[in-house]
Amino acid sequence: MKMLFTSMTVLLLSMPAIAQEVAIDTSNWFDDPSTLTQIDGASIYASVCAGCHMSNGQGAQGAGKYPALTNNPNLMATAYPISLIIHGHKAMPSLGGLLDDEQISTVVNFIRANFGNHYTDNQASAELVKSMR
Amino acid sequence: MSFNPEGVTRRSFLGMVGAVAGAAAMYSAMSTMGFASPSNWRGRLNLQGAPDNTNILILGAGLAGMTAAFELRNAGYNVKILEYRDKAGGRCWTLRGGDSYTELGGSTQHIDFAEGNYFNPGPWRIPSDHFAVLDYCKRFGVKLEPFIQVNYNAYLHDSEAFNGQPQRFKEVASDFRGHVAELLAKVVDQTGLDQAVSTADAEKLVAALKRYGALNDNLEYVTGSESSKFRGWAHPEGGGVDGKPEPSQVNSLSDLLNSTLWRNLTAGDNLHMQSTIFQPVGGMDMIAKGFEEQVGELITYNAQVTRIRHEGDQVTASWVSTNSGGSEQTETADYCICTIPFSVLSQIDHDFSPRMSKIIDSMPYASAFKAGIEFKRRFWEEDEYIYGGISYTNLPITLISYPPYDMFSDGPGVLLAAYPWGAYSYQFNALSHEDRIAKVMEYGSQIHPQYYDEFKAGASVAWHRVPWSLGCYGLWKDREADYQDATAMDGRTLMAGEHISYLPAWMEGAVLSALDAVERLHTTITEA
Repeated sequence: MKMLFTSMTVLLLSMPAIAQEVAIDTSNWFDDPSTLTQIDGASIYASVCAGCHMSNGQGAQGAGKYPALTNNPNLMATAYPISLIIHGHKAMPSLGGLLDDEQISTVVNFIRANFGNHYTDNQASAELVKSMR
Repeated sequence: MSFNPEGVTRRSFLGMVGAVAGAAAMYSAMSTMGFASPSNWRGRLNLQGAPDNTNILILGAGLAGMTAAFELRNAGYNVKILEYRDKAGGRCWTLRGGDSYTELGGSTQHIDFAEGNYFNPGPWRIPSDHFAVLDYCKRFGVKLEPFIQVNYNAYLHDSEAFNGQPQRFKEVASDFRGHVAELLAKVVDQTGLDQAVSTADAEKLVAALKRYGALNDNLEYVTGSESSKFRGWAHPEGGGVDGKPEPSQVNSLSDLLNSTLWRNLTAGDNLHMQSTIFQPVGGMDMIAKGFEEQVGELITYNAQVTRIRHEGDQVTASWVSTNSGGSEQTETADYCICTIPFSVLSQIDHDFSPRMSKIIDSMPYASAFKAGIEFKRRFWEEDEYIYGGISYTNLPITLISYPPYDMFSDGPGVLLAAYPWGAYSYQFNALSHEDRIAKVMEYGSQIHPQYYDEFKAGASVAWHRVPWSLGCYGLWKDREADYQDATAMDGRTLMAGEHISYLPAWMEGAVLSALDAVERLHTTITEA
């Protein structure tokens, strides 16, 4: 049985549009009952966003859908993903209590620079997130 | 004490009713007076006099939708239901061996449980005051059995306390109660409580605390026969030569306080968990099947609603078949009861009022995660003498629930092996099914070391990945401000479902909201 329990991988489409297998270490997941404790963008994405938007940002479609983040022009404005993460909208729950300002800005910058998105201008900052709470 | 104008107290009035008319009338009178009435179920509906050729369209064949269909059909309306899935029941759902489940993202699980074993990903227990659900079970012949919430032999576990060793509930409960009773008894006995307790009452309180806390004659909660009669013996009571028991060692108050074990001592005291509570024999979806037997012929399955429009005196839903695809079809009716979760409805092209649309758009659905794991044998019964009930832990799995059915049977059994909400559940959602089960095994094996040797099969449901609900239950952003408006007729549509209730996530909430919608709709129609 233990053989089954290997480390986990997430597929990331990074800057030069090359698919990469990046191992995500989950050994430090589940560290706190009420907040996420991941620090880098890829880990934050993999531990919470990927639950709905899927591991490579492709989204999902059922009776309702989770929008794809790949090549998503809505990510052009930095404030848009920040606002959605803090406050939620429609099926998207508010994650403002699970993630702190630093984590939100980090994961927003990650999403805007990955999955075929190239929005590296107007980077999110913890201060900006704080001002939008 | 409240008096009516005739000067008869409530108690004396009830005494009179009881003496004259017997218990049934007394219960009825008590209910009318606001006692003994924890649900707002008002008894079975008996709607009559539906105008001829009045068509009602119901969106969603979960419990709310099927309740509405059953009552309206019985009243004489023409009823049709559109359902996205290929089966009825919605979140009243059970996974068994042979079932397959495809979550959002496309991952499919083929459930590999033995015959008779199952896992309820959604609702799993029915409080005894959820009268509406229980009454439909009775009417539809859905067999119920006790669900065991509190098991004194199950565990409380804190990975950071008692060397990570799970403690029996009976030990923690007895020790905590005993120490608290001792402290209070000493305060009362030695210093009195002045105004708070009269001298006469103080004596009675000390006597009560002695009994309540299993204190000795010195009002101490200590290792001895008094405490062991509650927390268990080190050497058990028996027969013959070896029959004399030896008391077990009590835990210190400090050790208990420095653990988190006290947090779940009152889990079974919560209003909705108080014994006796129930589950359907064979799986929660037996309730769904009971409803489906009644109204199944009214349901169009595999129908994905794509548009809702109110025009003139009619409401029209457009839908496409998720099976065959094909062109959009329409269903037009005089009125509509919409039970589609707002997480999904917010993404459907509709023409509800701006006010209703804003409420719909402001309700995401909660994250929750459950895993059911089948083991080759019932080691929790055979090795640890745990028969049903729930162990609680500070680990991310939150709890382990033992099957309250088929006890003492040989062969495999299924545990509810994880049921976290919040931050833990989000992380489980984001893992693949295989990785979720790996984590559940890693954590569960800290409580039951038999896990790895006895593993047989796992099932997992991350509610945010459930394709037809996108979450577990509706989260109000501002219920105080929005609730009443969400219950209002919008165009020719009434909303129903657990989200339109103050019993969120409970089946009773879904059913009560549907009964209320049906009554109001019938009144609207017949008084028009």
